[in-house]
Amino acid sequence: MKRKAFQAALPHTVPIAVGFLFLGMSYGFLMRSKGFSVFYPMLMSLFIFAGSMEFVTVNLLLSAFQPAYAFFLALMVNARHLFYGISMLGRYRNVGWKKFYLIYGMCDESFTVNCSVTPPDDVDKGWFMFFVTLLNQAYWVTGATLGGFLGYVIRFDTKGIEFVMTALFVVMFLGQWEESADHRSALTGLGCSFLCLAVFGSSRFIIPAMALIILCFTFSRKKEDRRGEV
Amino acid sequence: MTTAQSIITIAAVVAGTMATRFLPFLIFPEGKKPPEYIAWLGTVLPHAVIGLLVVYCLKDAVFSAYHGLPEIIAIGFVFILHKWKRNTLLSIAGGTVFYMVLVQKLFV
Repeated sequence: MKRKAFQAALPHTVPIAVGFLFLGMSYGFLMRSKGFSVFYPMLMSLFIFAGSMEFVTVNLLLSAFQPAYAFFLALMVNARHLFYGISMLGRYRNVGWKKFYLIYGMCDESFTVNCSVTPPDDVDKGWFMFFVTLLNQAYWVTGATLGGFLGYVIRFDTKGIEFVMTALFVVMFLGQWEESADHRSALTGLGCSFLCLAVFGSSRFIIPAMALIILCFTFSRKKEDRRGEV
Repeated sequence: MTTAQSIITIAAVVAGTMATRFLPFLIFPEGKKPPEYIAWLGTVLPHAVIGLLVVYCLKDAVFSAYHGLPEIIAIGFVFILHKWKRNTLLSIAGGTVFYMVLVQKLFV
């Protein structure tokens, strides 16, 4: 049963393997170039297992000690998981002990595969989703660890390498922009964030920005509802 | 930051991340339907959060000596490369190398 589920899951994760190995390696390499030992990227990729937040955590570790801020920032940056969870309430039902790991390892990519791919009838659904999640995490941890090790071997001027994070988010932004016809959500995110950055400064703009974004959405929805009634 | 402080920071990040993953399953166990408002936020919020993260990456550059000029140029480069080749990994790798050359050779 397990073997069959593994064979069904593997092909769906191959494209993710390429991306995760590359991004994971850049992440591990970035951490090493900032002076962290290879254990940091290895353990952080294993325990946090949320790509964007791991990149953000590099900054947190290099600035002043503020654990509460780190906690809330993680909540904000990963808030999308709340909505993945809501979408997966049904699918993750009745899979036994595997449910815990499925939730723990629910990154964007595993969510995408598990919510969009239905395995063949003779394949156990729980084991299929389990292997999708496990394989994806294995690629990421392997990439991060390899990158950390490469950081010891390859030596060059790494100034500016942190732009890998900016480039990643810009490409994600472009991808989402092209996928949807309604750009209000994306523009709200950009606009509110820039406004709060200007008003509150770089060290404390995230939480007001998030609040403002939610406020804008809630307000525009109320307005649309009212229009709908007329 | 000491090693202990680093570990606490990482633990806080793990706790925050896991809260976002486990909360829905704790709040809505077995067949309880989430309110419409929450489900709707789930469809619009992801787009806005990416915008927020882009700004987060630029937060220190804006207040630096060049006021984010090298970042803006490199983002323009990523934009063009992505429109042209439509290859996510190439856009990220190309953009990063381009930015590294900019800040190491031009904007020193």
